[in-house]
Amino acid sequence: MLRFNIFLLVVVVICALGVVTSQHRARKLFQELEGEQERARQLDVEFGQLQLEMSTWATHPRIEKIARERLHMVTPDAMGRVVPAAAKKGGR
Amino acid sequence: MGVRRRPQRGHRYAESPVLQLALQGWRSRTVGLLLMAAFLALVARGFYLQVINNDFLQEKGESRYRRDIEVSASRGRIVDRHGDMLAVSTPMKSVWAIPGDARTMSAPQKRQLAALLEMGERELDGKLASDKTFVFIRRQVPPETAARIAALKLPGIHQEKEYRRYYPTGDMTAHIVGFTGVDDKGLEGVELAFQGSLLGRPGARTVIRDRRGNIVEDVGAARPPQDGKDIRLALDSKIQYLAYAQLKNAVENHKAKAGGAIVIDARTGEILALVNLPTYNPNNRERLTGAQLRNRALTDTFEPGSVMKPFTAALALERGKVRYDTVINCAPGRLTIGSATISDAHPHGALTVAEVIQKSSNVGTAKIALTFPPKEMWELYDGLGFGQAPNLGFPGEVAGRLRPWKNWRPIEQATMSYGHGIAVSLVQLARAYTVFAKDGELLPLSLTRVDEAPVHGARIFSPQTVREVRSMLEMAVQPGGTAPKARVPGYRVGGKTGTAYKIENGQYARKYIASFVGIAPVSDPRLVVAVMIDEPSAGGHYGGDVAGPAFSQIAGGALRTLGIPPDAPIQVADARDAKEKL
Repeated sequence: MLRFNIFLLVVVVICALGVVTSQHRARKLFQELEGEQERARQLDVEFGQLQLEMSTWATHPRIEKIARERLHMVTPDAMGRVVPAAAKKGGR
Repeated sequence: MGVRRRPQRGHRYAESPVLQLALQGWRSRTVGLLLMAAFLALVARGFYLQVINNDFLQEKGESRYRRDIEVSASRGRIVDRHGDMLAVSTPMKSVWAIPGDARTMSAPQKRQLAALLEMGERELDGKLASDKTFVFIRRQVPPETAARIAALKLPGIHQEKEYRRYYPTGDMTAHIVGFTGVDDKGLEGVELAFQGSLLGRPGARTVIRDRRGNIVEDVGAARPPQDGKDIRLALDSKIQYLAYAQLKNAVENHKAKAGGAIVIDARTGEILALVNLPTYNPNNRERLTGAQLRNRALTDTFEPGSVMKPFTAALALERGKVRYDTVINCAPGRLTIGSATISDAHPHGALTVAEVIQKSSNVGTAKIALTFPPKEMWELYDGLGFGQAPNLGFPGEVAGRLRPWKNWRPIEQATMSYGHGIAVSLVQLARAYTVFAKDGELLPLSLTRVDEAPVHGARIFSPQTVREVRSMLEMAVQPGGTAPKARVPGYRVGGKTGTAYKIENGQYARKYIASFVGIAPVSDPRLVVAVMIDEPSAGGHYGGDVAGPAFSQIAGGALRTLGIPPDAPIQVADARDAKEKL
């Protein structure tokens, strides 16, 4: 009887220690998850800022200015346009 | 017990005289009772703490390590039909202070803070002199600057997350997109109209923090944040830019006070572009005037003038009062009704109905209008949406003015047939023209992208009538019409000019509003374009001269952008025209 009780006591102590370590590990992992989520949020913010920057660089007035002044591009006149036969038919 | 055992050897303790003393029984009982009382007190205290006061103490305990934190949600973005950004929020920091604590800062610390925030030291001192417990020092501080301020660890200086709205397209889309105030509240335009869906709802969660402030566990149910929904407008930013650039050109060339332009997709009723001038930069709203803020196309009404004539002609055709080629005598260019006389800008002789529209004869239109009763004309205008707000959900959209037909005098009916005595907004006018583009159906307009096709509206005219009116509109931009400058090389377009006097203090002033509303291409209409120039003061004031070229440029560019194939043979003269324009 006494031996069995001692055995149970040992089992309980081991279980208790197991609970403590797993709790600790869970918290560690949770912290890691938290950190990664924070990183994801920050990357999201950065993505938004980059998108904003891109659309600022890609505004139509700027594109037109560069096309006309630096690249010397012109809008083709009516004579200079070629319309594919398929589009012509589909449009009517 | 040991006391009673008698040891075999040694000292006989029992014989000690002290032990021989007989103590009174109550003394031991008193000690026993006192001890019991003390234990009872402990039990009672234990019961009080563990059972009666448990909740309160648990809460107190939790408050040492439990924290409720708010999870912020961002405001939805506004994008155009292709997903290009029109408005987007990025996080910023606001720097605030508890003045009592912040006054303990040393002078160099203050100088550092002021330099980082780009404000004068005196200004900073002024803010800290407040006797409140909370003062914003500066809002909308960029995150990098905020991080450097946080690194200084100044006493009494705190930061909070907030968002700032950016508008990459700036003044180009200012009126349609609108803007928000500092607290993410829409104040104008789509930002206000769609405030409900754009706004995000912040979430909340309860967590356990350890000694170092790390979050180690989630407790209870978290409420996830709901980011605001993105709004996809019908706007096409390329066409918007085109319309903006060309309208600006026209307003500057004619030294006009203001202008407006709208491009509508004739198949779906989507607003592809909406421009007003003067405009403003929504990213920097200092020195903003009311004139810049006005969304003229929606909130200002004007007497449209001749652009109303095609509706009168269409009604007469529909009712069988006239045919396409019925001849109407417009000589001698004047018509007297009651005591009033209406006249044409240029006197004409006998004209067919088609030529009345082509040459924009007031007399001819009035004669056509007087063939039907006022009620029918009122029903037509009412059916076309005049006198009713267009219901786009836009702030400040107006209904215009269409008086009840019972009070119409014949002269009023005559003037109304060519667009005087009635007030409409540019949006209403453009929408009404969708009947000529969509074979007689009046389309509901949409600010947001419409994905389910096809859209149908209320039928106003029969397809036959509309085809005839379309060819009249096409004649108006041909040589001999009022707006040859509105032609688009390579495409068949049609439209009607309008030149109306402005009303000031109830009197017609010698100031004009030049307008042009047209459809393109005529063979299979895809676009309705309306242009309005307010008070042109240089280079003529007729709709065909002022608004016509702007229409030609906007419609031509939009057709090309949308990849709509040309439906007219290109003439050499057209090509030469086009070259001159470029």
